[in-house]
Amino acid sequence: MTLKPRDMTLFLAVLALIAATGFLQSWNVALGILNMGLVSAIMALGVNMQWGYAGLFNIGVMGFLALGGLSTVIISKPPVVEAWDAGGPRVIFALLVGTAAIVAAILAWKRMPVGKARASALVAVLVAGFFVYRWLFDPAVAAIEAVSPARAGNLGGLGLPVLIAWPVGALLAAGAAWVVGKTALGLRSDYLAIATLGVSEIIIAVLKNEDWLSRGVKNVSGIPRPVPYEIDLQNSERFVERVSGLGFDPVTASTITVKLAYAGLFLAVLLLLLWLAQAALNSPWGRMMRAIRDNEVAAEAMGKDVTARHLQVFILGSAVCGLAGAMMTTLDGQLTPSSYQPLRFTFLIWVMVIVGGSGNNFGAVLGGMLIWYLWVMVEPLGVALIGGITAGMPDGFWLKAHLLETAAHMRLLTMGLILLLVLRFSPRGLIPER
Amino acid sequence: MDLLNAIVAFANFVVLPAVSYGSQLALGALGVTMIYGILRFSNFAHGDTMAFGAMATILGTWWLQAMGVSLGPFPTALLALPAGIAGTAALVLLTDRLVYRFYRERKSAPVILVIVSMGVMFVTNGLVRFVIGVDEQRFADGARFIITAREFKELTGLREGLAIKSTAMLTVVVAIIVVALLFWFLNRTRTGKSMRAFSDNEDLALLSGINPERVVMITWIMVAALATIAGVLYGLDKSFKPFNYFQLLLPIFASAIVGGLGNPVGAIAGGFVIAFSEVTITYAFKKVAGYLIPAWEPQGLVQLLSTDYKFAVSFAILIVVLLFRPTGLFRGKAL
Repeated sequence: MTLKPRDMTLFLAVLALIAATGFLQSWNVALGILNMGLVSAIMALGVNMQWGYAGLFNIGVMGFLALGGLSTVIISKPPVVEAWDAGGPRVIFALLVGTAAIVAAILAWKRMPVGKARASALVAVLVAGFFVYRWLFDPAVAAIEAVSPARAGNLGGLGLPVLIAWPVGALLAAGAAWVVGKTALGLRSDYLAIATLGVSEIIIAVLKNEDWLSRGVKNVSGIPRPVPYEIDLQNSERFVERVSGLGFDPVTASTITVKLAYAGLFLAVLLLLLWLAQAALNSPWGRMMRAIRDNEVAAEAMGKDVTARHLQVFILGSAVCGLAGAMMTTLDGQLTPSSYQPLRFTFLIWVMVIVGGSGNNFGAVLGGMLIWYLWVMVEPLGVALIGGITAGMPDGFWLKAHLLETAAHMRLLTMGLILLLVLRFSPRGLIPER
Repeated sequence: MDLLNAIVAFANFVVLPAVSYGSQLALGALGVTMIYGILRFSNFAHGDTMAFGAMATILGTWWLQAMGVSLGPFPTALLALPAGIAGTAALVLLTDRLVYRFYRERKSAPVILVIVSMGVMFVTNGLVRFVIGVDEQRFADGARFIITAREFKELTGLREGLAIKSTAMLTVVVAIIVVALLFWFLNRTRTGKSMRAFSDNEDLALLSGINPERVVMITWIMVAALATIAGVLYGLDKSFKPFNYFQLLLPIFASAIVGGLGNPVGAIAGGFVIAFSEVTITYAFKKVAGYLIPAWEPQGLVQLLSTDYKFAVSFAILIVVLLFRPTGLFRGKAL
């Protein structure tokens, strides 16, 4: 499918909005919006694969994003050698034992004859496995977290280039999606929703509490960058010479160069994914997915393995979310587990997909960029609007103070209204599926 | 004596909190399950409806407190509760008229309604934040304890105290009254019977002359009442913070599904199953173990999972039920 002139206009309109911010406010702000907009577009692509192609209702996007974020820490931070010496191997061994216990339990359930013996074996394996795991795990964690807790207190990472973390983030998310999909797919659609919601909350809880892994609420900052640092640019004589020659202030120019470099990286990933997603959607596989979505019973009668295809597309979509999560954490330069809020990282992505046009990859990209722009801009607009409304009220009037104080919460209200209006009046979104 | 101490400690730290939390979950799950039974979709806005109801009641409470009205040992919020319910009922009826009815008439797929409820969730959440802000609000007044830990110790001569918070007691009593009323309504009154008929078989109910819009309206009003009561009790017992209600969504849905979606008895049972497992698994048993096995000096807290993983507990139970008994403990069936 190629873009129609109307769709092109919509894309240009969003870019014009961002450019207007650049002219009116500052290019730093505009590029910031653009970068996060590109990442949001990738998140929306992932959700669109699940919902738009296959009709799977995943409201655990936040968890998959966070797994991607975790991968940047695991891959790119330098290892904390003392912590590894203190308990690294033991933690890994404990995790392996824990996994082995679960696998053994599943095998027992599948292989043993139905009956009381099977149920007791399952429980016995799980309980014994849990205690052995805790016995191995707890001392090692205590040892690791005791290693200079103010500076590290975790295992660190592998010290590899951060770009490797992006595909690894996708793999981590895909692994989690496989586990969720194996258990919850094939049940009713709302059960999958609840299961994904639960998994995402658990992933966030793990990131917040497993200090040995992610430093928990102490955050991991200083994640290495794939692009140069502003300060290095400012200290580089060649750079200063060149931008001064063009008549720019070196400090501003350096921040803009860094943001442009990110934008180039993100755009390359987005275009690659978009190309792949379009190719998949237009292939026999894509036709099959749509056939399954539109009529599961008929597709099953045609010999399609509905549950297996659902699992496949669920894993693919989650992997894209994981990739986007890794990119976002790279952009932020830090992992802050407490900043993951479901309204922002799950439900907002859904608004992007629905508004953009579910089932259409270009729609998802457009929705991602547009809704992100609105999300950033609604707050100042809301404050300005409330300022206008309250301008006539006398100072010290309780309503005025209250309205000014709560203007910042306009965001959620606006996003909800946009979602409801689009669902009601244009349920196919801005760029509908063909 | 040590055995008694162990029992008292267990009752104080596990049984009592679990009973009151379970009652709150059960009331929330009843609302979810009723929407599911009658309107046939999972309402993700339910947590925020609870927050809205609690907020409306808090505003009423503050007004009453400013007027100098109080209920003595009972929290003033009880007086403001009817007003809170009325406000929430107005909100949900308005939402139904403006939002849900359109999709109901077009017979949209349930999953579309779920997404719509997501939009409603956003708006309700925004409204609550807009009116009362995101901060924690305390509105409990009246007596704090029916019996404090010290009084209990002096009374019984045990080393462990059993503190009964008045809000916990209130939660249980109110929950029992509400559930009794609900079941009386569903099983004995004409309207209740028509609701159950509608939930059992919509077409047959329509043929027998049941007015669907009336059934839907009454369902929403009852859901508003249940959500407000659950929200206020939770707020009294813990504290009111809009975001906490959103986070209750997972345990509430887990309760409803574990009990069997659409089945009110299941919703109550599910609420208590989830609450008891959450509290038991995240409780540090060091003290209780110390009384039971004096010779054993445990190194850690003897805690199966840290309290931060309480979501994992409701989630794990949910998964087990979904895997082994997808219809829930009580065979999710019509209301």
